Amino acid sequence: MTPEPIPVQSADLWSQLFVFVLATFIGLGVIRRVSRLLHTPLMSITNAISAIAVVGSIIVTGADYPPRIRLLGGIALFASMTNIVSGFLITDRMLKMFKTDRKPGAGGPA
Amino acid sequence: MSPGIVQLAYIVATALFIFALHWMNAPATARRGVAAGVAAMGIAVAVTWAQPEVIHHGWIVLAIAAGFLVGVPLARVPLTAVPQRTALSHAFGGLAAGLVGTAKYYLWLSEGPENLTAFRMVAIIAEIILGYLTFTGSLLAAGKLQEVKWIPQRPVTYPLQNITNLGLFLVAVVLGVALVLHPTADWAPKIFPVIAGLALLFGVLLIIPIGGADMPTVIAILNSYAGLSAVAMGFVLDNKLLITAGALDGSSGLILAIIMCNAMNRSFANVLFGAFGQVQQAKAGGEQKLYKSETIEGAGQVLEQSSLVVIIPGYGMAVAQAQHKVRELYDLLKKRGVTVKFAIHPVAGRMPGHMNVLLAEADIPYTDLVEMDEINPDMPQVDVALVVGANDVVNPAARTDKTSPIYGMPIIAADRARTVFAIKRSKNPGFAGIDNELYFSDKTWMLFGDAKSVIGELVKQMGGTSGTH
Repeated sequence: MTPEPIPVQSADLWSQLFVFVLATFIGLGVIRRVSRLLHTPLMSITNAISAIAVVGSIIVTGADYPPRIRLLGGIALFASMTNIVSGFLITDRMLKMFKTDRKPGAGGPA
Repeated sequence: MSPGIVQLAYIVATALFIFALHWMNAPATARRGVAAGVAAMGIAVAVTWAQPEVIHHGWIVLAIAAGFLVGVPLARVPLTAVPQRTALSHAFGGLAAGLVGTAKYYLWLSEGPENLTAFRMVAIIAEIILGYLTFTGSLLAAGKLQEVKWIPQRPVTYPLQNITNLGLFLVAVVLGVALVLHPTADWAPKIFPVIAGLALLFGVLLIIPIGGADMPTVIAILNSYAGLSAVAMGFVLDNKLLITAGALDGSSGLILAIIMCNAMNRSFANVLFGAFGQVQQAKAGGEQKLYKSETIEGAGQVLEQSSLVVIIPGYGMAVAQAQHKVRELYDLLKKRGVTVKFAIHPVAGRMPGHMNVLLAEADIPYTDLVEMDEINPDMPQVDVALVVGANDVVNPAARTDKTSPIYGMPIIAADRARTVFAIKRSKNPGFAGIDNELYFSDKTWMLFGDAKSVIGELVKQMGGTSGTH
């Protein structure tokens, strides 16, 4: 069996690094402006977002691979899904608690 | 589904993730951010699942169902347990990255070694090292935060600790380089698990010297690692959505870690390798200094006659679950025309923003939660500073004592208030093991006892109806 070689083109490599660097800068810019009040919810929502590893896990679990490989994918999928579900739910639960004064209009946000 | 549509969907998901974080900049829009995040994740999952190469669905359904089964209860933990839940989810994130990297390596090794280019191998090695060390490190951090019995709370140190750790890490990196150069050699499949094992071990060794006071920084760093391991996975799978989402998480963890380090006037290296709070214990207990205690009645009277009260919460408030009693006191004082503010130190508690969430849970409007830098100039006008379970973040030694390990750390200037009441469970030093001069100051009066019961009694004393919780 001699499958056709599929080399990663160097252009892909560079565009991946490009995307990584730009995304990091966007991340730094956006996160810097997040209210300090919300740092705990921020951490839980980024937990959920980084569980985007779910994308890789689904492919590894569902593709036509040997069962041993797919089992690793399945465990990874379970771990990612747990993070997605608990991350978004707890973020929303915490954010619901942040209220201004019961009398509206009393002072601006600190 | 054509590749074009998949890529388009991934771009939409990326944009939604960025909006999700953007909306977190104010409490008023933050919940919209969650909706955007959920939408993005939904799109990503649906589009990926619909790819033609996904042909087995049973295990996917099973794993997703199991994820819901575990995830929903994890989202319902009490808010005092949020730090350990967060650490646990970093562990899950690291585990997922490590496992996918492992799966991909062995898959390509047997079914397409030409895929194992040098670049991909670098990405795979980075993914498994970061993933597995985040997994065990975060598990241990979660265990420490949960105060699991057999996990030591105090930093664990031993001779040559840093050299041993660094050596182990270097061995893993050297083996990794060997694998990058010869990914398909006979010995390669045997070396791979060794690297994974070293990463797992390194995660444990990295966290055992960390004490509770450093947890906010360490959690933020682990958050960053979890994100970076997702980025590495994106490089391995050539998936730009993974790269962008992982990079957003990585930069968020980085910024939080920097904020935490600045708030303690320490460097990353010092947090990770400094074993804070270990040496101090021996030093304590030289001269005997005297505390002045105050009765509940006396404290109640002083509070009632104040016009501006600042409450400074710390981890002790979380431990005692005192936030609801604090809120009753807050209501009572407000009713009598006293202005009450909360002074929040960035590292109070066990994770970034911990105090804000607890106080918000107790229904205290976030407009009364004031950051350290904003409240400090006003502290001389404050009639009473009420310290609830905070210790190092109000210790004036950070300003005056060059020999103190917390010297240079920005603190809330409780000592500049006219009167200080400090609620403290016992006469022992705080978590960092450092004596607090504030407690011996002329204007400080100690209220010894559990924060919840002390404040409960204060509320009762001041004529409030202290309901039972």
